[in-house]
Amino acid sequence: MLIALPIISPFFFGILMMLFWKNFKAHSYLNLFSSVVSVIISVLLIDRVIEQGIITLQIGGWKAPFGIVIVADLFSSIMVVITAVIGFATALYSMATMDHDREKFGYYPLLQILLMGINGAFLTGDIFNLYVWFEVMLISSFVLLALGGKREQLEGAIKYVTLNLLSSALFLAGVGILYGLAGTLNMADLAVKLPNLEDPEMTTVVSILFLIAFGIKSAVFPLFFWLPASYHTPPAAVSAVFAGLLTKVGVYALIRVFTLIFVNDISFTHTIILVIAALTILTGVLGAAAQMNFRRILSFHIISQIGYMIMGLGLFSSLAIAGGILYIIHHIIVKTNLFLVSGFVNELRSTYDLKKLGGLYKLYPLVGLLFLIPALSLSGIPPLSGFWAKYSVIKAGIELDEFYIVAVALFVGLLTLFSMTKIWHEVFWKKNPEEEKTFNTINNTKQKVLSFLPIILLALITIIIGLNVEPFFNIAQKAADQLLNPEIYIKAVLGN
Amino acid sequence: MKTSVILSTAVKYLIPLLLIFSFFLFLRGHNEPGGGFVGGLVAASAFALFAIANGFDEAKKFMKIEPIMLIALGLLIALLSGLVPMFFGLDFLTGIWFEKNFPIIGKLGTPLVFDIGVYLVVLGISTKIIFSLAEEEK
Repeated sequence: MLIALPIISPFFFGILMMLFWKNFKAHSYLNLFSSVVSVIISVLLIDRVIEQGIITLQIGGWKAPFGIVIVADLFSSIMVVITAVIGFATALYSMATMDHDREKFGYYPLLQILLMGINGAFLTGDIFNLYVWFEVMLISSFVLLALGGKREQLEGAIKYVTLNLLSSALFLAGVGILYGLAGTLNMADLAVKLPNLEDPEMTTVVSILFLIAFGIKSAVFPLFFWLPASYHTPPAAVSAVFAGLLTKVGVYALIRVFTLIFVNDISFTHTIILVIAALTILTGVLGAAAQMNFRRILSFHIISQIGYMIMGLGLFSSLAIAGGILYIIHHIIVKTNLFLVSGFVNELRSTYDLKKLGGLYKLYPLVGLLFLIPALSLSGIPPLSGFWAKYSVIKAGIELDEFYIVAVALFVGLLTLFSMTKIWHEVFWKKNPEEEKTFNTINNTKQKVLSFLPIILLALITIIIGLNVEPFFNIAQKAADQLLNPEIYIKAVLGN
Repeated sequence: MKTSVILSTAVKYLIPLLLIFSFFLFLRGHNEPGGGFVGGLVAASAFALFAIANGFDEAKKFMKIEPIMLIALGLLIALLSGLVPMFFGLDFLTGIWFEKNFPIIGKLGTPLVFDIGVYLVVLGISTKIIFSLAEEEK
């Protein structure tokens, strides 16, 4: 029962909001309440998973591999917990900044359905069901992206939806071929049946199809173009959720299928993943260097950071995958936070253009500080969370003698720092280029508190992970060990 | 909008027929082609026909309930039908059936309730889309 709640609870609150469609003031409070409930549920879930190992639920009482099964192993439950935390942070931030027009047209119910889709994708144990959750996410994120109907928004949304539909089509084709090959779509059952096929080459072919499909979703090189084209257009709260969570679902799916199902030809597939990772790390950061828009720089950095996570998967050792998982935890928190800060700057100055911004440090030193924490964490400065995530991935690379990618990863760390200093200098340090233009002031205390609270909360989490990394690393390590020993997963789903 | 007398007279007789037909399709869906989805679409077409004959403002009054409410109710009913088995100690969404058959309706159970949800959601979404598109035109 507990394991289905992360999906049921946002769904229920989404419905409740629809029942009170006109009363959009109530939506924001329901949204906040729902996010608190989700945090509680997810913590209970991970607690139980740590205690009892992998837990499963056979939907409708149809036993796996025939029915759809929901599976929570450590990796999924970690993701569910972070999703809930981000849901809570953005619920607060949305209350402060969301405009009435978007609220009137169902911003909050859509957010709930999006969170339901994300949780569903993390928890499902059936590959076609994963496709369905991807569609739930795609549809609701598309509407969230286009809501408001500004020209640039629609332009971004069209690019976003076209490329993501392409990815879905490839995914679906892959699922179809996979079903033709193995006669099952249950992930655990696939893991059992695929090694016994007559021609294992076919499995490799299908795996590349999945690599491309999930690669588009997680915005890896060379399939990332939709991300910087769309993420800087919606309101800050929306782009913060997207930046934090959506691409990471793609990464999750990659890690899941390439540790559980497609492990027959690791020297081939995982080498490709490693090369892609190196190129993703590099192109993302180089793309960011050329940008002069606050959120576009951050969007390009998402791509670069995705590379590090994929690198963990490509190296395919226990430490590497643990590092990758730690990286995901760190990245979601930090990236959401940076987008929230950018949104706050926009509230003050009504622009994201670095050339027009400046002089913020003098007036709002606290905002500057709150930007620095996630920014330095992103570039991997000790003792913040990013340092440990980078450290474990790079250490794994050195252990496996993959020096090229280690060199790339270290070099890009430097460039990331350069990018962050650029933002710091342009937004906070340099003189305000538009002296005559006054700052918007936020007089409303409630609004001030509500927009600061999530930023401070996420910054605190970053610091806590940084100063006390051991429990976080241990749990990532345990999750990685579970992923590298698929027998545990298979046994939990199929019984004996 | 100007409409013909023939159409608006015919619609008066067609709508009950369409609604009954949609209900028939809905019940038939258990073992044969039909079900909540198709039934909902047929019901929505009845309201669309009414709107074409008498105008969309009239149609909205005729529906008496906001399409968005239908969607919400439908989703809620579907969700509840999945939660019911949990009180009997079964897994989420397990189908529970009454032992004996009922006249006309046949077998009764939670999957039928789930299908009512589907019916309402489809009806709500289709009418919502149709009404919204009509408003665009104005």
